[in-house]
Order: sequence, then structure tokens, then C-alpha cells
Amino acid sequence: MSKIAEAFKNGKAFIPFITCGDPDLATTAAVVRAAVNNGADLVELGIPFSDPTAEGPVIQEANLRALSGGVTTDKIFDLVRDLRKDVTVPMVFMTYANVVFSYGAQKFISTCKEIGIDGLILPDLPFEEKEEFFPLCKQYDVDLISLIAPTSENRIAMIAKEADGFIYLVSSLGVTGVRSEIKTDLESIVKVIRANTDTPVAIGFGISKPEQAHKMAQISDGAIVGSAIIKLLAQYGKDAPSYVGEYVKSMKDAL
Amino acid sequence: MTNPNGRFGIHGGQYIPETLMNAVIELEEAYNKYKNDPEFQAELTELFNEYAGRPSRLYYAQKMTQDLGGAKIYLKREDLNHTGAHKINNVLGQALLAKKMGKTRLIAETGAGQHGVATATAAALFGMECVVFMGEEDTIRQALNVYRMRLLGAEVIPVKTGTRTLKDAVSEAMREWTSRISDTHYCLGSVMGPHPFPTIVRDFQAVISKEIKEQILNKEGRLPDAVIACVGGGSNAIGSFYNFIDDKDVRLIGCEAAGRGIDTFETAATVNTGRVGIFHGMKSYFCQDEYGQIAPVYSISAGLDYPGVGPEHAYLHDIGRAEYVPVTDEEAVQAFEYLAKTEGIIPAIESAHAVAYARKLAPTLDKDKIIVITISGRGDKDCAAIARYRGEDIHE
Repeated sequence: MSKIAEAFKNGKAFIPFITCGDPDLATTAAVVRAAVNNGADLVELGIPFSDPTAEGPVIQEANLRALSGGVTTDKIFDLVRDLRKDVTVPMVFMTYANVVFSYGAQKFISTCKEIGIDGLILPDLPFEEKEEFFPLCKQYDVDLISLIAPTSENRIAMIAKEADGFIYLVSSLGVTGVRSEIKTDLESIVKVIRANTDTPVAIGFGISKPEQAHKMAQISDGAIVGSAIIKLLAQYGKDAPSYVGEYVKSMKDAL
Repeated sequence: MTNPNGRFGIHGGQYIPETLMNAVIELEEAYNKYKNDPEFQAELTELFNEYAGRPSRLYYAQKMTQDLGGAKIYLKREDLNHTGAHKINNVLGQALLAKKMGKTRLIAETGAGQHGVATATAAALFGMECVVFMGEEDTIRQALNVYRMRLLGAEVIPVKTGTRTLKDAVSEAMREWTSRISDTHYCLGSVMGPHPFPTIVRDFQAVISKEIKEQILNKEGRLPDAVIACVGGGSNAIGSFYNFIDDKDVRLIGCEAAGRGIDTFETAATVNTGRVGIFHGMKSYFCQDEYGQIAPVYSISAGLDYPGVGPEHAYLHDIGRAEYVPVTDEEAVQAFEYLAKTEGIIPAIESAHAVAYARKLAPTLDKDKIIVITISGRGDKDCAAIARYRGEDIHE
């Protein structure tokens, strides 16, 4: 059984996304701990990429801040080693295919296993290109997380059947970022997913407020929040951990 | 040359967000339906001939041939097409396909502005809405083309992220496509991006080599010894090469933008300095650092200022069928001036990269050899920038 399943045993899961190295790795470590201490069930750690094509402006800027601060994949591996001294909730990496490919997929994925990373989210690796990393992910027990989008339609069953860890259900068209309203008929999508797999479903993209998170959690197993947290980092920088902690608590309570 | 899942050797593929998968599948199905449809092909040929002015001339550059004293040089005059570049070939094809698919809105990225102008032109012709993404840096370098696009009714959105050039314009166009798919076709400008784009764009550009072959057989009774074209993403080059790939005696030479030199960081010579990676929907060669971060590339030419290359070029390089050579800014500018003075033809600074390499190659070949250079576009758009490069400030 995937370790990620544990994240969904404590009621509805709250999953924060944090870009590593924004504004520096010490802050990232403090933010992760603050999030976990306030109820985060699974942490999504972003490895910054120069050209994050699935991200809206907020996370794009976080990627730039992190990269211009000199963060690298190796430094992020060290961050996770440090976090794993006391953080026990599942953690996954969110990055782009080239970051894994360029590092050497074997070396990257085996290191994930070694340092305690439980899954990998790659928004530019659709079902058709899964084979690029899937065999290595299987070999090293790192779940390759599948994404399902509002446009997936006839593809939902196919993707759900082979999903590992959890399913990342993209709430809306477009890129990441805060949205005032989510209009997609997510219930119908979740219904098709449920008919094909027991793998938990978490909804992300556009969620920022407790009431939105509550609504999303009603129809799924959890909520993923990125841009709203990154905004706190952009606003408070090194002082962000306490604000993020407070925010995570309000969101987890709302679920 | 494309296998079923859009691979060229190890290159190509569909590395895009799930949100776009059904859109590219729909595109592929539509393309497969129409590519061999006689009615579609007849409409496209009519547009090529009556609207774009095809076939473009294969011009014997006698003065240049004499001056260089070696191989006989022909120029494939894509600069004479409507809108002044080869880009119109692909755009008319894609716009017609989009229309058949019931799309009413075209979005596009552009570097030098030639693809943006071509897309805006087709949108005007077909009565479609048009939005063009262009790096802010390029909107300054190519201000005239920005005006042309707006004149044609397109909205031009300056992209202010990253290096503010072609790479960022592609990223932004992809982001836009994920947010609005049902009525919108992404009219990608080069043989890059996710499958089926590299194949579709190549097929629409392959008219270049189809014509070269017919024209040279007509004029010389034999195939050329070398075909030379500039390579950014690589659409005019693949168009110039495609119908010669099986003719093993024809050398295929792609000229990459070396910027200030391939031993500097200010270069865009992907095959010469990059390594295999995954970006913008495809596996191919990319300029990148050791951690896979895409490099901020540089070239005087906005159209070649891109950190990747189309997957079919990556494959032709891997199997040794085509050669990819670096040409610096300085060499390209000299060739730009040379062709203007020698033949009275002002080439696009992109195409000048191909002319520059031909100037080196021709004198090393015997007089009975034949070289074809594709002049992918006209150089009017570049005059102000080249003047600046030479220290002269002119107002457009």
C-alpha cells in the first residue's frame, strides 16, 4: 500500500504546495513544518523550473525567486533529508519533466526513495508519456501521480484505472492561480473516477478560501492549495511560516 | 517519417498538460481526415497559388556564384511570398484546418513577428479572431511587425516573463490554450511542440522542397548537391529538406544562430551546444544548465532566438542525415549586407545565417556543384536593427 494513502486517513486531506527555495531553503523548511504542525496531511514540494508552463503568474514568480536565490535539485534533496528528521506525513515533488530527465531519471527517482519522497507530480507528463518514468517509479516505490482535467472526458476511466497514490483533479481550465469561482462539474468527473478506482482524489487549481476548500472536500477526498500560500510567501518572505501555519489551520478546520 | 505516437527516433512525443490532451488528439484526428482529402488539398493549393503567390521562384544567383567562384548558387525565394516569409505556408494550412474543425479563434506565438503577421493575415482572410503572443523584447526589436499585426486586426500581447523572447511567447500561448480550447486553435509557427504539430507544420512547409525539386530538375536536369537553410525551431529548414531526405547524395545543412559564438553563453545554437531534454511538449535538443533549467539564449535574430529545435531535426542530426552548423551574428550581418549589394536582395536576418554558411561552402566546391539556399523571408523588418548593430540609429 502506498504511503500516500495515510494522508487520506485523517478526515479530508489538506495538501499545501510550497515552492522550494522561495525565498530561501531555510524559510521553506520552516514553512513545511508550520504547515504540518497545523494539520497538513501531505506536502507538495515544488522544484522550481525556469519555464513552468502550467503555472499562473503567482507560482511563476515564486519559481523565479527561488532560482535567482540559487536553489538547485541537489540542495532540495538536502532540504528533504533535513525535513525527514521530524516530518512524517507523506511528501511529494511537483516539478516538470525536464528537471527529472535532465538530472538522470534513475538517479532522481532512486534519490526520491532514499530521502523519503513518496510521489512525483509532473504536469507535463500525460498518460501517453507515462512510460518515460513509470518503470523507475515502480522500481523505487515512488508514486507517479496522475492528473485529470475538466477536458479529460473519455480519458478519465483510462487514467483512473492506472492511478497510483492519489489522483490530482484539476478544477478548472487554464493555469494555476486563485479563482473566485470554480464552475466545472467536478462531481460528475469524480463519479467516473470512483467507478474505476479506489485511489483517493484531491482537487487543486484555484482553491484559496476555506469555504471553497470545504466545498471541494465534500465531493472529493481532499483539497490542494498552491497560489494562496505562495502569495503569503511573496508578502511576508522569511516571516511567512507563522502566517502559513495559521492559514493551513483555517483551511484544515474548514474541510 | 513520423511513427504513430509522434516520435522521430527518441525525439518528439506529447509532453503537455492533461488539459490539452484531447485538444491535440482532436487536432490529429482532423488532420488525418483532411490531409489526404482532395477537396481540402485543392482549397489549400488554391490559397497557396492565388493568395500567397506560390510557387516561389528558384532564382539562379549568378553574381554571387561568380563572386564566390565555386558551386552554382540558387536562391529559393520564400521572401517573395505574401507577407514576406515562408510562415504563410504553414499558417494557411493550419487556418484552413482550424476552420474545418469549427474553430473561430487563432492564437499564436511569434519571435521576429513573421509568424504572427502570417497568422493575423490568415485570421483576417478567414474572418477569425486572432491573438498573438510576442516577447516584450521582440516587440521592441520588431516594432513594425507589431504594427502590421494590429493593422490586420490581431491583438498583440507583449509577454513580460522570463527572457521576454520567443521561448516565453510559446509558454504563454500554451497557457492561453489551456484556458480556452473549445473555440481556439493554437496555430504553432514551427516544427516543434507536441505531436502532431511537428508533423503538420512540416507537411505544410514541405511544399518548399517539393518545388525546389521540380524547379531544379527543370533548370539543371539534376538534384542539387546541398540544400542550406536557417534553423530556429526549424520550419523553413524541414520544409526545404523534406523531399530530399531520401536522396542521400543531397547534403542537408541547417544553420543555427550562434549569436556571439558557440563558446559563449550568448548563443542559440541548440544542436551544437544543447543536450537532450523535454520542453514545450517535445523531447529534443535544448540549451539548458546541468539541472535542466532552460538557458536564456541569445541571437541578433528574434526568429532564431529559441533554446530548442524541432524533434525531426534532432533525429536527422542523430542519424547523421543533416548537418547543423553554427553561424554568428557578425557572419549573418555580413551576409545580410552581402546579398543586398551582390544580388539586390535583402534577406531576413534569419535567412542571412544560411547565406553566411553558403559563402563559406561555395568556394570549397567545384563549379559543377549546385547549392540551393532557402531565403526564408525578406529583410525589411530587420533594417533598423542591423543599422543599430552597425552603430547607426534610424527611425522606422
